[in-house]
Amino acid sequence: MQEIVIDILLAVVIVTAAVFRFIVGTRPDGGMTKKQKVMLTRILTASVILLILQLIPAALFARLDQVLFPTAGRWLRFAFYLADYFIIGYDILRKAVRGILNRQVFDENFLMAVATVGAMALAIYENGDYLEAIAVMLFYQIGEWFQSYAVGKSRRNISDLMDIRPDYANVERDGSLEQVDPDEVEIGTVIVVQPGEKVPIDGVIVEGSSSLNTSALTGESLPREAKTGDEIISGCINMTGLLKILTTREFGESTVSKILDLVENASSRKSKSEDFISKFARIYTPAVCYSALALAVLPPLVRMLAMGLAADWGTWVYRALTFLVISCPCALVISIPLSFFAGIGGASQEGVLVKGSNFLESLSQTKVVVFDKTGTLTQGVFEVNGIHHSEMEDAKLIEYAALAESASSHPISKSLQRAYGKKPDRTRVSDIQEISGRGVIATVDGAEVAAGNDKLMEQLHISYIPCHHAGTIIHIAIDGAYAGHILISDIVKPNSQKAIAALKNAGVERTVMLTGDGKKVAEQVAGSLHIDTVYSELLPADKVSKVEELLGQKTGKAKLAFVGDGINDAPVLSRADIGIAMGAMGSDAAIEAADIVLMDDDPMKIAKAIKISRKCLGIVYQNIVMALGVKAACLILGAVGLANMYLAIFADVGVMVLAVLNAIRCLFVKDL
Amino acid sequence: MKKTYKIEVDCANCANLMEDAARKTAGVQAATVNFMTQKMIVEFSEGHEPKTVMQNVLKACKKVEPDCEIFL
Repeated sequence: MQEIVIDILLAVVIVTAAVFRFIVGTRPDGGMTKKQKVMLTRILTASVILLILQLIPAALFARLDQVLFPTAGRWLRFAFYLADYFIIGYDILRKAVRGILNRQVFDENFLMAVATVGAMALAIYENGDYLEAIAVMLFYQIGEWFQSYAVGKSRRNISDLMDIRPDYANVERDGSLEQVDPDEVEIGTVIVVQPGEKVPIDGVIVEGSSSLNTSALTGESLPREAKTGDEIISGCINMTGLLKILTTREFGESTVSKILDLVENASSRKSKSEDFISKFARIYTPAVCYSALALAVLPPLVRMLAMGLAADWGTWVYRALTFLVISCPCALVISIPLSFFAGIGGASQEGVLVKGSNFLESLSQTKVVVFDKTGTLTQGVFEVNGIHHSEMEDAKLIEYAALAESASSHPISKSLQRAYGKKPDRTRVSDIQEISGRGVIATVDGAEVAAGNDKLMEQLHISYIPCHHAGTIIHIAIDGAYAGHILISDIVKPNSQKAIAALKNAGVERTVMLTGDGKKVAEQVAGSLHIDTVYSELLPADKVSKVEELLGQKTGKAKLAFVGDGINDAPVLSRADIGIAMGAMGSDAAIEAADIVLMDDDPMKIAKAIKISRKCLGIVYQNIVMALGVKAACLILGAVGLANMYLAIFADVGVMVLAVLNAIRCLFVKDL
Repeated sequence: MKKTYKIEVDCANCANLMEDAARKTAGVQAATVNFMTQKMIVEFSEGHEPKTVMQNVLKACKKVEPDCEIFL
């Protein structure tokens, strides 16, 4: 019965191998290396020979005994099988011998060599089943081949997904476009980007306007408009119009190169799970080898000496050999880094750049998220948010304020200019006096306009109406009469509240907000967003000490993440367990300082990043448990004699394939 | 000094073994093998010539995994 199953399996192997070798393997995009092709040919040859040998009836060899000399058939049969064994397994045997010479004894080559040579020896002794040794070697090689093919292919697929590297840049020379290597383009060159092409190098648009698809960088699918004079970063795809760009950086310094560098090197920073597995693999293989040795020697001795039974060496040696087959730790060793690699790849497609597997791991344990207010939860841009108690039209009041403040470059003044919308006509303004820390008094259209805070009004003895809103208040008085006030505040990002709720959903226990702003503003923002704790009026140095204080408060494995805009919070970013920088498009400082970089400034991405890390780590643990569980089960079954070598091989290869497929799931994070 | 080399190695466990072998080579301060991107990042100790050190690293790696390749 088993023979028939094996024959059928062999036929399946032959057909599949032939398909792979002659159809997939000959395609240029088949993704097979030369080594893999050679191996596949060997597998194919060995299976064909094995199947033929299986189908030749034993009687034929028996007849040879009568025709030639008594053991002729036996030896001929052995020679055929031995030849086939060498075709499929010579490299394993060679590696095993070399391993012994190099004192690297316990690797899987040694195991396979011992297991199959052992099975071969048993077969010669019994003049029987050479099939098993060859089949085990064959299936092991098929497993190895499949592993290298599957891993290679998924490695390439993930890399391709992450590949935003531009292949060329168009430079105009003598009136015609020439494609050159982006590396060769010097700063200050004008490059041309046609619709449908990637922007290869950072620069400034000197001609043309277009919509840009930034999804490869930010995961954001809405196109972004760009026009002459705008800065443009590499990695975007030009969608509609022709753009001429004056480069401001070399290719190596451009955003796209930095991101690629970062993502490619991310998996070099190993996580604790990976370290655990590589340490485990180092102990696992020798441990199984010694157990196999013990299994082969001890029970027969015990039977012989203590129980007075027959030693039954054959059975126990066979069980020990089965044991050895299961001992390869490859499924474990491969699936963990592959999971992290896929997770980092999937995250980068969503605009979340993770600088290392270790950070992805820490992120999944995040329990406390500390925010810097400005630029993360709020826009970081001051805007006119309200005009109260105005005696005149709102627009008129803004106009007076904007004109009075027109000489100042303060952010408040800038926000007034923006609200005014037109370029202030400076000829209408005269006698500007800035009163430091209070405001401005100026003559606008012949009227004396005072614009400033409470203190300015008090100084001028003008009664004013205080504002109950949080923010910066600009009172306006015209010719000594109170004309109302303008409320300027930093506005909360539209997604901030949802983002905080999503974080809570993702398992974050505590949210904290740090800000240098006044208490009133801080508490109002925190209240509207449902943030647990607020610390206000902090100087930059205070933020570091607050984070240290919070780090001291957390317990166990919980991790603290700090989210900032990366502009002036680099010390805090590096002090926290995980530093997350937001809105990093084009900001080098943020990319340098943070462990995790969010390419756009949507706070929802923080929760998304945490969910991605949770999913990825979940898959890592699944793989560890599955691989160890199946191996342990097979070891036990093998030891008690319930598992034969075929089961052992299938356990080994099957677990590996399942683990690889499971690892690939880390890539699919779009809908988290 | 830190340098990155392209490598070719088939199995993840072999990559681990290569990493170990590289770390133990004289003149290597730190070494990381990235199986996924097929790269080896080697940090050299002061006063060691990367070229000669890498020859030894290659030799050590060939010892543990005959099938591997480092493109120097």
